[in-house]
Amino acid sequence: MDFLNAIVLFSNFVIVPGLAYGSQLALGALGVTLVYGILRFSNFAHGEIMSFGAMIAILVMWAFQGAGISIAPLPTVLLALPFAIVATVFIVLGVDRVVFRYYRVKRSPPLILLIASTGVMFLFNGVIRFVIGPTDQRVDDGARFILRVRDFREATGLSEGLAIKTSQVISLGAAVLCVAGLFWFLNKTRTGKSMRAYSDNEDLALLSGVNPDRVVMFAWILAGSLAVVAGTLYGLDKIYKPFTYLQLLLPIFAAAIVGGVGNPVGAIVGGFVIAFSEVTLTYAYKKFLGYLLPSDWAPEGLAQLLGTDYKFAVSFMILVVVLLVRPTGIFAGRTL
Amino acid sequence: MTYTRNRKIFLFGVMAFLLIMVGVLQSWSLSLTIINLCIISAVMALGVNIQWGYAGLFNAGVMGFAALGGLATIIIAMPPVPETWQAGGMGVIFAGVVAAATVLICVFAYRKLKPNRLYANLTVAAIAVIGFFTTRAIFEPAVTAIELVQPAKTGYLGGLGLPVIVAWPVGGLLAAGAAFIVGRVALGLRSDYLAIATLGISEIIVAILKNEDWLTRGVKNVNGLPRPTPYEVDLQNAAWFIEFTTNWGFDIQEASSIFVKLCYMGLFLAVLLFVLFLSERALKSPWGRMMRAIRDNETAAEAMGKDVKGRHLQVFILGSAVIGVAGAMLTTLDGQFTPTSYQPLRFTFLIWVMVIVGGSGNNFGAVLGGFLVWFAWIEAEPVGALLIDFITLGLAEDSPLRLHLLDSAIYMRPITMGLVLLLVLRFSPRGLIPEETGGARTR
Repeated sequence: MDFLNAIVLFSNFVIVPGLAYGSQLALGALGVTLVYGILRFSNFAHGEIMSFGAMIAILVMWAFQGAGISIAPLPTVLLALPFAIVATVFIVLGVDRVVFRYYRVKRSPPLILLIASTGVMFLFNGVIRFVIGPTDQRVDDGARFILRVRDFREATGLSEGLAIKTSQVISLGAAVLCVAGLFWFLNKTRTGKSMRAYSDNEDLALLSGVNPDRVVMFAWILAGSLAVVAGTLYGLDKIYKPFTYLQLLLPIFAAAIVGGVGNPVGAIVGGFVIAFSEVTLTYAYKKFLGYLLPSDWAPEGLAQLLGTDYKFAVSFMILVVVLLVRPTGIFAGRTL
Repeated sequence: MTYTRNRKIFLFGVMAFLLIMVGVLQSWSLSLTIINLCIISAVMALGVNIQWGYAGLFNAGVMGFAALGGLATIIIAMPPVPETWQAGGMGVIFAGVVAAATVLICVFAYRKLKPNRLYANLTVAAIAVIGFFTTRAIFEPAVTAIELVQPAKTGYLGGLGLPVIVAWPVGGLLAAGAAFIVGRVALGLRSDYLAIATLGISEIIVAILKNEDWLTRGVKNVNGLPRPTPYEVDLQNAAWFIEFTTNWGFDIQEASSIFVKLCYMGLFLAVLLFVLFLSERALKSPWGRMMRAIRDNETAAEAMGKDVKGRHLQVFILGSAVIGVAGAMLTTLDGQFTPTSYQPLRFTFLIWVMVIVGGSGNNFGAVLGGFLVWFAWIEAEPVGALLIDFITLGLAEDSPLRLHLLDSAIYMRPITMGLVLLLVLRFSPRGLIPEETGGARTR
């Protein structure tokens, strides 16, 4: 019984939140990796693009709520998501046209594009605060839980409960859908194949008649859409705070690098590696060990490896280890 | 050559004019406040320019190095708190020794066992885990004891009680130490890995400063840092100052505040000129030419026998040290240490705008950028409010849209900075005062 209790406790506080957070990170890292694979620079504006997309989704959500449209028990923001994706993709394509295209045509070094992306980051940052303000926004209407702690306890008779939030299931489901769609696109369609070819060997792809403008456009469409989904899901799961997205940049980049920048499979694996490392290292194991160990062995303190305030340190440490041991990431290479 | 010189003089003249206009139109006290922060920004921009302009290294962690400078002011200038030292000072030091020993043993073991990688990795991991738990076991009771001593007033170890000026070079040293660690890991790999690694270290440094109450009191802030300058109250009671103000017919309150700010300005200006002098000498020396050669063509420089990775590490450490000094100066000026005030936009990316706008690779450009961009950052809010006021003239006085926009005027700052950065990068990528390159003067 104690063993089962320990497992339920661990699932409730580590596995379920880790899966949801990992899905969000993986979606974010996929966007970073796509831009890197095609445009060959680290896009520091990615966090703010996620935030921007989530903001549009919230604005549309308010409009729906005002009009009394809802898809309860699912949160209304899901209904707003397609609109947010379309709007954000248009903005991102406009930004590419006005800002990034010039440096691409000039073949500027990647760091110049990176600096340009910090300029875009500044702009988005200001615009977001201008429109929606710096305060928190709640996104999760509809049914908040699929499985409640009390129901679980009553059903199983265990003393520990398992709660599953709607947003967690949606995160995982959306990630699976997006990833499946992305891989189908990259592997089966003509445009997807030309993107992979372009990423693998630009000159050879150009020689074979791949249209670079089209490839770049699709890279932004995909990266922008993934960013909106990731940003909205993060806001739905936690709460929408404009400033957190700048901080998400670190775990997202760490995820992309851990998996091998430019490699989509790597981005997904990296996202889950970072998420689970963060959750497992900052979880307090006191109660968990209490169930497993004999009662006089139970730890006195919280048995927490790192305070939750140091979760950034986890992504950083993993990043450092990867850079030291295997700088190319788990899945080497920069091919899509 | 004369063209750039004239341009330099003209642009610095414009900057001086702007600051004088603030003095005439608003107040001299405000103008001096802006100037002091301009000087500190200029020193930070010089540090970033050393990394980016000389060597082409992208440091996205300026905030962390500046925060370490701030930490130095506490460690050096605050009076020690004997009760907390008694409660847990030895424990903290002992934990530090154990942690350092663990790292050393790990490095040693790895070098000895290198031939067999799997075996080496496993041993190192085992040593690291044991060392981590031993350190924690010593560290935590000590910290708890320290933080229990009068948490509302102290609850931290305090500092050494030395003059606060000493903290400036020490801030540089702390930042240099952090830069050494990051540089060893991330340099020599792809160029943007350094950007991401520095972004990470800066977030971690600020997280440590926010949460390690025994060291910095965390979010409770450290107030009342000693000043290197006289206090206004003392001045107002000093006989010579009273005589001075009555002779010249100044208001004593305002005169004392201006006097203090002038003292700060003198100190900061001395540091700025010193750093500027050294940077110029370094840039115009064989070392500076070598750095630019490495920046412009790493492969060719390597072929000439230059140690690219070593030089990069060197220049990265030097630049970070300058940023650390500037960070210490900033905390000294504020008179308090507030970890929550470290925001990446303000402390990392704004400094980048300064360097790009001023002219990367040119020290005078970086200084001008520091002045101009800080000025714009301060003035963007009132100007933005005026602009919004003007645009929304057609709307009713109490229209919600107009009020919302006016409330948001402060966010004109990031928008302006983003626009300025993008425009300069696109249309004048060499900045306001471009780099002086030896051979290609005619371009």
